[in-house]
Amino acid sequence: MTPDTEAELAEIIKTADGPLRIEGGGTRPIGRASNGTRLSTAALTGIELYEPGALTLVARAGTPLAEIETALEAEGQRLAFEPMDHRALMGTQGTPTIGGVVAANVSGPRRIQAGACRDFLLGVRFVDGRGQIIKNGGRVMKNVTGYDLVKLMAGSYGTLGVLTEVALKVLPKPRSTGVLRLEGLTDEQAVTALCRSLASPYEVTGAAHLQSGENAAPVTMIRLEGFENSVVYRAGELQSLLADFGAFTLDTDPEKTAAAWTHIRDVGPFQGRTGDVWRLSVKPTDAPGVVADLPGAEAFYDWGGGLIWLLVPDGAGLNARKIRAAVGARGGHATLIRGDRAQGAFNPQPEPIAALQEGLRRKFDPRQILNPGLMTAAEPLVTGGTSEDS
Amino acid sequence: MEMPVPRPDILARKAELIDRLHEVLPDDAIISDPAETRAYECDALTAYKCPPLTVILPGSTEEVAAALRICHEMGVPVVPRGAGTSLAGGALPTADCVILGVSRLGEVLETDYDNRFIRVQTGRTNLSVTGAVEEHGFFYAPDPSSQLACAIAGNIAMNSGGAHCLKYGVTTNNLMGVRMVLMDGTVVELGGAHLDAEGLDLLGLICGSEGQLGVVTEATLRILRKPEGARPVLIGYDSNEVAGACVSDIIKAGVLPVAIEFMDRPCIEATEDFAQAGYPMCEALLIVEVEGSDAEIDEQLALIEEIARKHDPVELRQSRSSEESAAIWLGRKSAFGAMGQINDYMCLDGTIPVSQLPHVLKRIGELSAQYGLGVANVFHAGDGNMHPLILFDANKPGDLELCEELGSEILKLCVEVGGCLTGEHGVGIEKRDLMAHQYAPQDLEAQMAVKDVFDPKWLLNPAKVFPLASSDARRVA
Repeated sequence: MTPDTEAELAEIIKTADGPLRIEGGGTRPIGRASNGTRLSTAALTGIELYEPGALTLVARAGTPLAEIETALEAEGQRLAFEPMDHRALMGTQGTPTIGGVVAANVSGPRRIQAGACRDFLLGVRFVDGRGQIIKNGGRVMKNVTGYDLVKLMAGSYGTLGVLTEVALKVLPKPRSTGVLRLEGLTDEQAVTALCRSLASPYEVTGAAHLQSGENAAPVTMIRLEGFENSVVYRAGELQSLLADFGAFTLDTDPEKTAAAWTHIRDVGPFQGRTGDVWRLSVKPTDAPGVVADLPGAEAFYDWGGGLIWLLVPDGAGLNARKIRAAVGARGGHATLIRGDRAQGAFNPQPEPIAALQEGLRRKFDPRQILNPGLMTAAEPLVTGGTSEDS
Repeated sequence: MEMPVPRPDILARKAELIDRLHEVLPDDAIISDPAETRAYECDALTAYKCPPLTVILPGSTEEVAAALRICHEMGVPVVPRGAGTSLAGGALPTADCVILGVSRLGEVLETDYDNRFIRVQTGRTNLSVTGAVEEHGFFYAPDPSSQLACAIAGNIAMNSGGAHCLKYGVTTNNLMGVRMVLMDGTVVELGGAHLDAEGLDLLGLICGSEGQLGVVTEATLRILRKPEGARPVLIGYDSNEVAGACVSDIIKAGVLPVAIEFMDRPCIEATEDFAQAGYPMCEALLIVEVEGSDAEIDEQLALIEEIARKHDPVELRQSRSSEESAAIWLGRKSAFGAMGQINDYMCLDGTIPVSQLPHVLKRIGELSAQYGLGVANVFHAGDGNMHPLILFDANKPGDLELCEELGSEILKLCVEVGGCLTGEHGVGIEKRDLMAHQYAPQDLEAQMAVKDVFDPKWLLNPAKVFPLASSDARRVA
């Protein structure tokens, strides 16, 4: 089912007699698969309002992300949270939509400095599990009028309601980009260097480390954006600040720097390769230890170490429980992005928090028909469950 | 302002309640003498006062949990209180409530400069969070103008902003984790030193929930390295429209100033009388501040000046030194004090789309004339967060009511043009009954459903945020 209007979508949900599988462009199959009837927002399209002088854009949920990016580009603006395109990693086809981006709170390398998708989301309209049309937030940048259901909807994967419209804060596109690069650092050294750069006043907007870069050597990358002179100045300051790690080189070629960060954003290193792909959110300085605890997996680091992308080859002897134990021992969480969806993608929650989340789902979707079970973890948090051990 | 009638059954059990609280709290953490509870009878919205049944000042998360468990069992409402600086009545007591103050929870628990966070107890003041990290060159970004006094607990409850949020965001964008006690005494941890939620974003939901979902006792906050420098430019215009257009052009040009402040003529006049900052007498003044190294600041300010000149300013003064910067900020920072000097005033907090600025200022002028009350405007123009100050005389019978009426007309106007009732102060009791202008019944119902989950008996700060009529059935249940 692909309704053309919000009202039609609401009617479909109101009269639904079984589970629904909510879809935007269908390019991000994350979480436990649902066998419900497909309900797509792909026909709810169009940018409804774009005020470059107010840094505000409002679009219907099914609007292709590309359409939004083109409109922003024409005014020299962009979505600062740098949403990932999952298609190459997941092997999916289709057209990513802005609603899908919001529903999965998809954020890229700039998240470490600018914030996540949820931080740029100003308002939402959605249809809840009863078929009611609900709005929250608005189109202005500061709004504390009532509870912030906007944040709650970001990253709720269609389990609380079906997004029909989103309002976003956009930002100016900087005039130039520079990437500092150094080969040969160990994971530990790289994360130390990246953390030092992020703790500087030089406004680093990307901080990544690949265990194996284009020359098969480890490569550490730091991104700076802004006015040309400013980028060059800050690059110089950082080179001095990080001199004890080696001589970072600066690249300011627009195409090459853009490609380098698209590679990080879209998990280029793991595209087209077999094995499960995990996304681990940890305290940056904990990251090398987490990776060291998971021998057999291949990793690269974004967010100065705070985001670990992990490729677990078949037969590596690593399962969800081992991965989550390595993360859980230090604080953080692990999400299965690609792999056996039946095992559940999301981190199990401690009992009182799981109860609050379940309570919210029952309020917003009393019949449990919206993507039922999608965000359910495979096993409770503190049990000896062995469902993934097989 | 209507408040629920205190429940006689609770008033009658005061002695029992206090006895039970004494079992879990040290004696000096309980204040029940009416002469002493008076200190807690209002917050910064001083027009409304009501002494609470009793006040408790727990010294740990465990004490908070134990006290809440007792109140939960006895069905006693609890009003959490940070530093009591709410302008919206967020910490206003009812006669049958326990005020739970976090003022004894002021410790810094952890600072981590490599990972750029600080973990504090939430009774700590906003400014002293920066104070704890500034010798290492760091700061905590949200800077509400009450930052000297206001507590992190209240900042989280109201999702506080400040002058610099155009660049750094508001509290919710700088809050990484909380330790929170639910009304039934359950302690939960949300988030931490890592980023983003692992399930539904409960942290985002808590922030700005006005103390209605839980009592936050500890917070993990993002800290940032201080910029190398900052400098403002002062720009004066002959009309609000032109000043508004200039703001829009600056934003469109791709510069992202850290702050764009706007003052209108009534405000300029009052602050000049008070502070003699040397402001030009004109219709609209902008203070635009940028950050970076000296050379970076020069480059950005040159671009801003170029844009500003296209709009034919009556004054354009770039700061060349820290003394000049201080002079430019002096008037803005003393604006509220200046107003207080000449009048009683009520400070509104609606947000509007930046493009509606000229229209809204014109309408406010008309409404001001119609009601016969002066209105001065000083606000964060970059993000459309207005702060109209309505001047009135508290000693003149009927003036407060007239002022409130004008205030609600202005806030309705903000909603009408696509904005909202409150950008950073919160709803509290002040805007509670206007919520229906911004939200349809099902929108409010969805928000109240959240409270049902976190606090099924509606005991935490129950008479706030939602129109009393719409929350009636829940509060009585």
